[in-house]
Amino acid sequence: MNFETTIGLEVHIELKTHSKIFSPSPVAYGAEPNANTNVIDWGYPGVLPTTNKGVVADGIIAALALHATVEQHTHFDRKNYFYPDNPKAYQITQSDKPIGHDGWVEVDVDGVKKKIGISEMHIEEDAGKNTHERDYSYVDLNRQGTPLIEIVSKPDIASPAEAYAYLEALRQRIQFTGISDVKMEEGSMRVDVNISVRPVGQEKFGTKTELKNLNSFNYVQRGLEYEEQRQQQVLMSGGSVQQETRRFDEKTGETILMRVKAGADDYRYFPEPDLPALNISDDWIKELGDAMPEMPTKRRERYVNDLGLTDYDAMVITQTKEMSDFFDAAVALKADPKMAANYLQGDVNAYLNEKQVDLQATKLTPANLAGMINLISDGTISSKMAKKVFKAITDGEEPKAYVEAHGLVQLSDPAKLQPIIDDVLSANPQSIEDFNNGKKRAVGFLVGQIMKQTHGQANPQVVNKLLMAALQQ
Amino acid sequence: MNYFDKDLASLHADLVAKKMSAKELTEETFANIKATDPQIDAFLNLNEDAALTQATKIDEQGINADQPLAGIPVGLKDNIVTNGLTTTAASKMLENFKPVYDATVTEKLANAQMITVGKTNMDEFAMGGSTENSAFKTTKNAWDHTKVPGGSSGGSAAAVASGQVPVALGSDTGGSIRQPAAFNGVVGIKPTYGRVSRWGLIAFGSSLDQIGPMTRGVKDNATVLSAIAGHDEHDLTSSTQAVPDFAADLNDATSVKGMRIGLPKEFLAEGVNDDVKQAILAAADTYRQLGATVDEVSLPHNKYGVAAYYIIASSEASSNLQRFDGIRYGYRADDVQNLEDVYVKSRSEGFGEEVKRRIMLGTFSLSAGFYDAYFLKAAKVRTVIINDFKAVLKDHDFIMGPVAPTTAFGIGDEIKDPITMYMNDVLTIPVNLAGLPGLSLPAGFSNSLPVGMQLIGRPFDESTLYKAGYAFEQNTDFHLQVPTLGGQN
Repeated sequence: MNFETTIGLEVHIELKTHSKIFSPSPVAYGAEPNANTNVIDWGYPGVLPTTNKGVVADGIIAALALHATVEQHTHFDRKNYFYPDNPKAYQITQSDKPIGHDGWVEVDVDGVKKKIGISEMHIEEDAGKNTHERDYSYVDLNRQGTPLIEIVSKPDIASPAEAYAYLEALRQRIQFTGISDVKMEEGSMRVDVNISVRPVGQEKFGTKTELKNLNSFNYVQRGLEYEEQRQQQVLMSGGSVQQETRRFDEKTGETILMRVKAGADDYRYFPEPDLPALNISDDWIKELGDAMPEMPTKRRERYVNDLGLTDYDAMVITQTKEMSDFFDAAVALKADPKMAANYLQGDVNAYLNEKQVDLQATKLTPANLAGMINLISDGTISSKMAKKVFKAITDGEEPKAYVEAHGLVQLSDPAKLQPIIDDVLSANPQSIEDFNNGKKRAVGFLVGQIMKQTHGQANPQVVNKLLMAALQQ
Repeated sequence: MNYFDKDLASLHADLVAKKMSAKELTEETFANIKATDPQIDAFLNLNEDAALTQATKIDEQGINADQPLAGIPVGLKDNIVTNGLTTTAASKMLENFKPVYDATVTEKLANAQMITVGKTNMDEFAMGGSTENSAFKTTKNAWDHTKVPGGSSGGSAAAVASGQVPVALGSDTGGSIRQPAAFNGVVGIKPTYGRVSRWGLIAFGSSLDQIGPMTRGVKDNATVLSAIAGHDEHDLTSSTQAVPDFAADLNDATSVKGMRIGLPKEFLAEGVNDDVKQAILAAADTYRQLGATVDEVSLPHNKYGVAAYYIIASSEASSNLQRFDGIRYGYRADDVQNLEDVYVKSRSEGFGEEVKRRIMLGTFSLSAGFYDAYFLKAAKVRTVIINDFKAVLKDHDFIMGPVAPTTAFGIGDEIKDPITMYMNDVLTIPVNLAGLPGLSLPAGFSNSLPVGMQLIGRPFDESTLYKAGYAFEQNTDFHLQVPTLGGQN
């Protein structure tokens, strides 16, 4: 029996606004529990929410970045449920008029391009956090009211690999807009997953299960792969899939039953009476659209077609907007694109990994990287010397000044090199004889001697050329 | 002293002329409240120490002629939060609740240097029309202590009517200022939705609630509304419309001349008692004599107002009152085993019958499968009612009619019969649904109980209502009558 798979993803993205979505409390991490809260966040009697306009702007930006239609006459709704981390016992969200709908992103899985639809995206508030100890439970409302955008996919995703690619495309596009850090490891991107399988040709979708505890894109894919197989086996053995929530176990790679869903929850949605409806003008949408940075797909096209990078290089450089901006700025300063791409993927990434920092948190600048690359290109320094220079530019040093101050300038002038070569040759007649007897290794020895005389500053290519000419006379 | 024969202007003049100090006035006010409140039970909580401290400070600073409210006592309905002063909404749920912030109206009154003397009784969470739903005490009608004061702002109405304070604030979701004002023979306004900030008003029906002043006279009412109205950045439903000095225009007792007044036939229909009808028809004649025309008009969908209101207000309330969950503040049941126990027991024990009835009604109306037939339908009815008013107010300056179908009823008479109780609001509810201003003022007596008249205006046109109310008041003497406390009149 052949099966087809349908995957749905609900992605929550935490926005980087200064204050919360409905209260002036700061959005910040690492504070003492409940330090970043006020009466609104506590759900105190008599308080009212006020809408942070920046969150609405971010919602519009997200919609534009994901090719969605902006809903210009929208409003907030209440989603009612009791939980200690939900102080009003309702979440202010959007139900029947989400700020964006009918978007898409393009994914590329093994060279096959496909558009994955986005049914809707809405803006809403996050809840607080409960923690439990043996005899007590604690509620921290610092996160309460943190702005979120929830992005819901259409049932277009047909494989775990497509799910991964979809998440990566989503992450990149949102990352480029700058509205969120979109980091799963820090919780600024969270993914809820559902999956169903059905025999090929069956019209009705299969019964879906939900997966929890998927804390990286990799786990999302692995969890889905396991669940896809499990559901197929259940069906092939004549069983039926239950509507249930399952937890992904990172150690075993399996999914484990958490709870069976009895029926749909009833959240009693209704329009939020405390907040006026939002009317989003054409002008505002245009203003935000005009200010949007170039998206990663466009940049990759440009890198491949105009700058001659490989698809792979272009993909790596566009992982984050910061990396891509850095690259563009270095190229604008006449750095060779291929070399710039190689340095960013190689030495720069290695450095970031070693230090565990983001590019923008380092002292590296596009000007200094371009300066160093240009010194290599014009022969002023060798690739070997560049290792030292790279270390210096990670400390914020200007490459040309550093090279001069440390006498790293490569000796390429034949007029200066020739006397040194002549001296070395006359001091080593045995090597000349060896060379003439066909012992090519003698050349290596002689180059070594020349480099020694020049304290390593001689340009190896020029030395080779002059030395061979002298030997073959 | 009591406030039977003092309006705000004369109190202010006395304070400016130093015939008395704010401290003396405050002390005498507390002395009178303590003497009379055992019969009235208007107050839940007095603010004596802080009030005297504030009065002393005001005296030290001196009262200028441009501070018309400085040093004058005010009572606040107990669903208006007051920083550090217990605020219960007359619910066991908030029995010992001390807020850590002030409502915008509280702050505005403080800026105007009014002195908050205490918090007045009400129906629990403003749900009711008799103040019998208070968890703590039963307030009596100032005119007949066997009758209800109306509700839900019954404490504020009775406090003003019995001369305890010259001003009290109430809140009105379906008639909760206008009906108790009518039952107690005082003046109360439900301002246009958005005129007064709701920040710090413990929410009942968020799309309907408005705070408004209750006073002995129209001019006093206008003065206080100007002080508490205006846009508030804490309340996005508050309007940016400019706030006029409503009292400044009130000098001309004939200003209704040439006005067109609509008298809806539905407001005098079956269910409205004859004595009330007669008072309103007499009031219409008064307006005619003052040069206005009074036309019979129709609000054909008025009769659907009560049903739509109890769905909308209860739906919003069911959500608004979910925050009272026993977790962060307020009543928490003992003897709980798990989280669900905390919720179920705290709410079952903390809320009274009427509140629970409305939470259940609202929860049902919003439930999957019922939303379209109830909440959505009610929202559509609301639009139809708004259009009825628009049509009439297009060519009428305001609408007049009774506030309630009857005068004050007896304590205990209706409390067991929610539907009868709900029908008391039939004439006030449509005004909230439409978000319009409604002024309630004394228009007669029947069996020694006050009859109230309601004037309904265009959005943000409280000015016309005050002018018309002032003209009526200056040509009648109902507002000059005072009750005899302690006995029957």
